[in-house]
Amino acid sequence: MGDSNGVPDSANSLSDLTMIGQPMRKVDGLDKSTGRATYTDDIALPGMLHGKILRSPHPHARILRVDVSRAESMKGVHGVVTGKDMPVLYGIIPWTQDEYPLALDRVRYIGDGVAAVAAVDEDTAIRALAAIEVEYEELPAHLDPFQALAARGDYEAGDYIHPPRKEGWNGNITKQVTLEFGDVAGQIQGSEHVIECEYYFEGTTHAAIEPHCAIGLASGDGRLTVWSTTQVPHYLHRELARVFEVDPAMVRVLQPPVGGAFGGKSEPFDLEFCVAALSLKTGRPVKILYTREEVFYSHRGRHPFHMRYRTGLDANGRLTGVDAQIVLDGGAYASFGLVTTYYSGQLLCAPYELPAYRFHSRRAYTNKPACGPKRGHGSVQPRFAFEVQLDKLAEKAGLDPIDLRRRNFIGADTRTVNELRITSNGFLECLDAVERASGWADKFRKLEYGRGVGVAGSTYISGTNYPIYPNEMPQSGVQIQIDRSGRVAVFSGASEIGQGTDSMVAYVAAEELGVPLEHVRVLRGDTDFTPVDLGAYSSRVTFMLGNACIDACRKLKKQVQGAVSEVWEVKPQEVLLAGGWALWARDTERKMPIREAFNLAEAKFGTLGATGSYNTPKDIHGDYRGGTIGASPAYSFTAHVAEVEVDVETGVVEVSKIWIAHDCGRALNPVLVEGQMEGSAYMGCAEALLEEHVFKDGDHGRQGLHNAPSLLDYRIPTSLDTPELESLIVESLDPEGPYGAKEAGEGPLHPSIPAIANAIYDAVGVRVDVLPFSPPRVWKALQEARASGKLGKPPAPERARVPERGAKR
Amino acid sequence: MLRLPPFLFHRPATLQDAVDLLREHGPAALPMAGGTDLVPNMKHRLFEPAHVISITGIPELHEVGVGEKEVTLGATSTLAALAVHPEVRQHLPSLANAAGLVAGPQIRNRATLGGNLCLDTRCTYYNQTEFWRKALGYCLKKDGTVCHVTRVGKKCVAAHSADTPPVLMTLGGQVDLRGPEGERTVPVRDFFVHDGIRNTRRQPGELVVRVRIPRPSPETRMAYLKLRQRKSIDFPLLSVAVAGEVEEDGTVRDLRGVVTALGSRPKELSGWAEMAKGERLTPELVEGLAERAFKQCHPLENIIVDTEWRRAMVPVYVRRALEQLQAV
Repeated sequence: MGDSNGVPDSANSLSDLTMIGQPMRKVDGLDKSTGRATYTDDIALPGMLHGKILRSPHPHARILRVDVSRAESMKGVHGVVTGKDMPVLYGIIPWTQDEYPLALDRVRYIGDGVAAVAAVDEDTAIRALAAIEVEYEELPAHLDPFQALAARGDYEAGDYIHPPRKEGWNGNITKQVTLEFGDVAGQIQGSEHVIECEYYFEGTTHAAIEPHCAIGLASGDGRLTVWSTTQVPHYLHRELARVFEVDPAMVRVLQPPVGGAFGGKSEPFDLEFCVAALSLKTGRPVKILYTREEVFYSHRGRHPFHMRYRTGLDANGRLTGVDAQIVLDGGAYASFGLVTTYYSGQLLCAPYELPAYRFHSRRAYTNKPACGPKRGHGSVQPRFAFEVQLDKLAEKAGLDPIDLRRRNFIGADTRTVNELRITSNGFLECLDAVERASGWADKFRKLEYGRGVGVAGSTYISGTNYPIYPNEMPQSGVQIQIDRSGRVAVFSGASEIGQGTDSMVAYVAAEELGVPLEHVRVLRGDTDFTPVDLGAYSSRVTFMLGNACIDACRKLKKQVQGAVSEVWEVKPQEVLLAGGWALWARDTERKMPIREAFNLAEAKFGTLGATGSYNTPKDIHGDYRGGTIGASPAYSFTAHVAEVEVDVETGVVEVSKIWIAHDCGRALNPVLVEGQMEGSAYMGCAEALLEEHVFKDGDHGRQGLHNAPSLLDYRIPTSLDTPELESLIVESLDPEGPYGAKEAGEGPLHPSIPAIANAIYDAVGVRVDVLPFSPPRVWKALQEARASGKLGKPPAPERARVPERGAKR
Repeated sequence: MLRLPPFLFHRPATLQDAVDLLREHGPAALPMAGGTDLVPNMKHRLFEPAHVISITGIPELHEVGVGEKEVTLGATSTLAALAVHPEVRQHLPSLANAAGLVAGPQIRNRATLGGNLCLDTRCTYYNQTEFWRKALGYCLKKDGTVCHVTRVGKKCVAAHSADTPPVLMTLGGQVDLRGPEGERTVPVRDFFVHDGIRNTRRQPGELVVRVRIPRPSPETRMAYLKLRQRKSIDFPLLSVAVAGEVEEDGTVRDLRGVVTALGSRPKELSGWAEMAKGERLTPELVEGLAERAFKQCHPLENIIVDTEWRRAMVPVYVRRALEQLQAV
């Protein structure tokens, strides 16, 4: 895998590693594939009640009155709560907390929670919801972000969705950011080629197969326990303590295996507060499981982005300047929106060198389900626009688009124009890999009309240097304990959401302590027993938890080496732990079973246990407001080539294959890395071709009503619709990552969409700058091109290509 | 998850018992075969029958027979079974094809031919949860007074969305129905009416017993094409069934075409026989037939996919279907 993709032998220390880098099973794979794994909804506690949430049928309305008396008196109903039971604002970003667990005095989208019921069963709870009387006063609904941003008036009249943050401000603005690096106007003015284009990225949702579920248990002793499908147990822990004014030491969050999340479970949701409130009220455990419809309303998916890019290129095919204007359609609440607004601009500055860059981004509130982070948070949309922009510039300059990307490569160990620190960078190797594997040179502009190839590149963070709430503590921690049986227990704070964090720590522990993989147990997802890890988001876990695990393991390894070396009378560092043995490095015939080594260590040092932690590098970011956002300890790089077939008569685009090359630093387990790469490309392909997260308007039924909150009408690809995917792992061995590893979970999504867009253009000579590339949209573009006589294969580049790796490094 | 409304479940062992149960409970009862249409609709509170009469335990409804003159397909034959039935594939390839294109494999294992004939019409404003429809203000087809598609008139325009009926129409299929008054036969081409609220002539107390299709002559050629955005699961955005008797040299003796998923019932394309009879099935003729189909079809926004595009796909799909006849 790695060796065939340009990893220089000298940099490759795989020979020292026995487990890392090998294809290995997932530690939870058998449980999940046999149905033994216990997900949140599989849990049934004695005496458990079932809850349901009453939701607003109005996109924007004042709540005048909520009468729950009839529901409360129904047989089988044990408790009802409303916004007044939890009148505390919360929100994942401490500076933009604008949500109540249940709406207090105003509802802001169709589906906003208003009251919740706990009853003996779901059917009774559903009947009880119908008995709750809510009197609303409807307010004007704001569905268009531009109109929302332009609104003037006052909050009480409904002109604004939220109270303005400051007197005189527009209450429909979550955040606006303008940042400029270098002389953008001057740079663009002096360019050989300049293009300015508009793009629209329709929003999409995560569509994780497991719906959100939570169980609350107030056990009567002051303790509050919540099981949840969350991907951020630590933040849920904090917010539960805050909203219910409970000492955090009395709150416990348990995270059973999560059936997919993709960012859709990365902040607290109404059901988690409701099960807690209802359990506090009834004294019994309460479970709420969202319907699929509720998952769509809870959303927090990818923001719709309206984007305008002005980009210049010099005579040598080097970028001169980039000017971006972006409007984010945020939906009803802030969610992660403050970060999204920054990310919309901050994460564009690699893998290409931008001499000057400016972005102006504004996030509007609208009366629709709130948007938030989805795999590739905030940067998938601009990446789509920018990589298409590059394709257009390449054609203008007569350059091959891969060549153009090579010419603009930013290099390793450098700084971006917005002062992000880049360490390892395998982007050129990624380009080389997809160019070779796809047969690019024989295909680009050379396939018959209707077939085409497209290329795109990207970068993504491996976690963020600064946590969501300011603190100096580690971002990730593990605790390891060794038993005299030889078993190694890892208490991990991280969130297993299917991506393989439990497996990853087990691989690290097996590698470091020399035990077979099956002797490692991972206990995870319980804030009572595991150290804090901040959660599964921003592609942070392998980098941070992996380093924390190495830290803990090496403390223990040192003790074991010390104890064995004493017996053998050799140097401690000459004792190797590998494959179930302690061995003498000078003569590996001299060995003892690892269990005996552990016993010697336990005899010498007492019970064997250690903690490990990781914290990010600080103060390596730019010294400007917002400079911390986007700063990561390491960046991954990706390149895709997509090959498509376009049915010219119908507009149906079929992606026949995507070649995915991803620089993950080091593949700790190449099978899992490939899984992430394929899953990412699949998800990007789905967003490119099928997914439409849209809403009815006044002319079509009802303003703000979700178009189709079901997996029948919100279409994600079936196995038959999934292109062939070929993963090409590139390993750049990051100096700070665990064994050199960087992220692989989100970066590989980014180029899918622009690569497909560029391939469509190569196939039929038609640009579709609006997502998704659905058959009607592509068909209309083809019709327009046909009408204006522009249907045909685009021109091939005139200028000679720079050979592989010929550009500056 | 979405919950079913409460109901009593009956599973009679004979056709007579089933008909009696339907009569006994009247409007409070609904028959159910595979349930793949009814159950989600019940979860959406589109139907709340107090009695559900399952007809899957009635042996005679499962019968499939290929006789010298006709093919007989019992109402509860599953679509999965029809799709792979060797004789159905041999004699009625477009029917096997249509059955195999319905939904996905798991659903085809449950779904039946009779159920597909009686599939409720579908609309973006109708196939939604109770909460959603309440937020909408309901619609003409269920609990409301307004059609959100046309926004005028009192006619429901929900779309006929089943795959097998257009094929059965082109093949001259007939439906045998059994009700309290006994058995009667209706040609499939007369089975549907232009009303999205109730689009078949089956009376509430009647059951589809079987479908009979005359065994096609050796000259018969047939094809079925389905337009959808995914290669599985989705209902059709447009579907085209064609069948005709074509002589070896390409001379058309007879030709029929049906399109569906546009309005409340499958649409028989008119004037085809006149245009084609005695003519060779040339590209020019095919183009003319496709153009004629285009003029006859006017999709509505009952499905949330661009109507202009769906209309433009009519001649494309008609042509491609006819090209399959040419290719034989």
